[in-house]
Amino acid sequence: MFDDVIFWSLAMLAVAAGVMVFRFDSMARATYALLLSLLCVGGEVLLLGLDYLGVVIVLMMTIEMAIMAVFMVMYMMNPAGLMPMTMIHNKRGAAVICAVVFAALAAGILLTPWPARRGRASADPTMDLGMSLMGPQMLTMMTLGLALFATIVVTVVLATRRGRYDRFGDDLKARTADDPVRGGVGR
Amino acid sequence: MPENAPVWAIVVLPVALAVAAVVTAGFDAVLSGAAGRGHAGGIRRAGRRAATPVREALRLLVQQPRRTTAADRLLGRLGVVLVPVAAVLAGAVLPWGFRAVSDPSVGVVWFNAMEALAWAAVWLAGWGPNSALSLISGYRFLAQGLAYELPHMFALTTAALGAESLRVGDVVAAQEGVWFVVWMPVAFAAYLLSALAMAFWGPFAHPLARDAAGGAAAELAGVDRLVFLGGRWLLLVVTAGFSVPLFLGGGHGPLLPGWAWTLLKTAAVLALLVILRRALPVLRMERYMEAAWMVLVPLTLLQALFVAVVVLNR
Repeated sequence: MFDDVIFWSLAMLAVAAGVMVFRFDSMARATYALLLSLLCVGGEVLLLGLDYLGVVIVLMMTIEMAIMAVFMVMYMMNPAGLMPMTMIHNKRGAAVICAVVFAALAAGILLTPWPARRGRASADPTMDLGMSLMGPQMLTMMTLGLALFATIVVTVVLATRRGRYDRFGDDLKARTADDPVRGGVGR
Repeated sequence: MPENAPVWAIVVLPVALAVAAVVTAGFDAVLSGAAGRGHAGGIRRAGRRAATPVREALRLLVQQPRRTTAADRLLGRLGVVLVPVAAVLAGAVLPWGFRAVSDPSVGVVWFNAMEALAWAAVWLAGWGPNSALSLISGYRFLAQGLAYELPHMFALTTAALGAESLRVGDVVAAQEGVWFVVWMPVAFAAYLLSALAMAFWGPFAHPLARDAAGGAAAELAGVDRLVFLGGRWLLLVVTAGFSVPLFLGGGHGPLLPGWAWTLLKTAAVLALLVILRRALPVLRMERYMEAAWMVLVPLTLLQALFVAVVVLNR
């Protein structure tokens, strides 16, 4: 009963905040509405007994949205909500797509023959979830993790304007790097 | 051994944290007074200086709040209030002796998640008033966050690794013999640095620095300012206090009961930080960024590797 109340409050708040992302015309407000929505999702995951995943969602989403706010303000047309703009493009098409996807998902939820619980919930659901998601494919997962990380590094390297030749000269022989902003370790 | 505190502890926790914050701020004010206006001379003079933060708080309570043009009041207020709220929520897993308000199985991650709210809080407080200087400082804190967060997370991970558990109670219990600071000194140092950076205080007060006219707090006056700056002291107390269960053995110690040891160790860490602050200049975050990523990240990773090898061979 108590769990139901928490579930529905968090769910409604998550959806409402999600709607507000598109209603706000200030990028800062839109970003933090999205954060609120995601924090509610984190709360729902906690409610499932997946403590670790729930708290990690809160941790990651907070940091992620704090950083994303910077980019939203930087790239969007109307950073502070001072000029009217809308977050919605292709209104009619978007509405149709949303309605169809929502109907399909809701129908899926209602029509699926959900199995009844067999046995008891395990003591450590996070561990079990991790094992069932990637237990037999641990090598694949670790390779994937490395590949993703390498992609991030490569993207940054490709995107940066100044390379080592700018910093250390054409023959790479300069003793100290020529940086516009000096770093903290005296290089 | 670890168990949850009674329900009334939920009410006591914010009060206890606030008292600790006032005492720390008072100690800092005494040291500042001695540095600025010479030695206090008498106990009464020192007492008057120690009461400076309280007087300042009372003054802020009656001060008129400042309004700025086209301010985003909702987000600004949210940011201001979030600082003390994040501190108290993080404090919920702080064990007092061997008992915390709550001791969830992922307490260390919870602490990290709550203090990460400070990222959002300072940026929002800087964004809110629609003022260039406070906005710049909001961005400064995000940059600072990028610098301190990785070594900080590795330090937390190292302590959890040593205890083989994310439960704060287990981390304390694992230090019954040897404190973690003995075999994880690098993680402890990195943790203390990031605790200062997280509370944007002392050498990491650049987001509130004088060169930006007070930074994120530039446009804050009255109760807003009190809540924001008071919240910062709370954050400092909580982050410094959490180093006790993580690295300094929590309530473990001879003769005295657990709560007394926690109090003593927390006071010692806070005193160390307050005294050290006078010896260190304010660091610009791009300098700390390079130091953190080029020096602290590899060092904390090596520390974690060392602890992992020790744990595997245990």
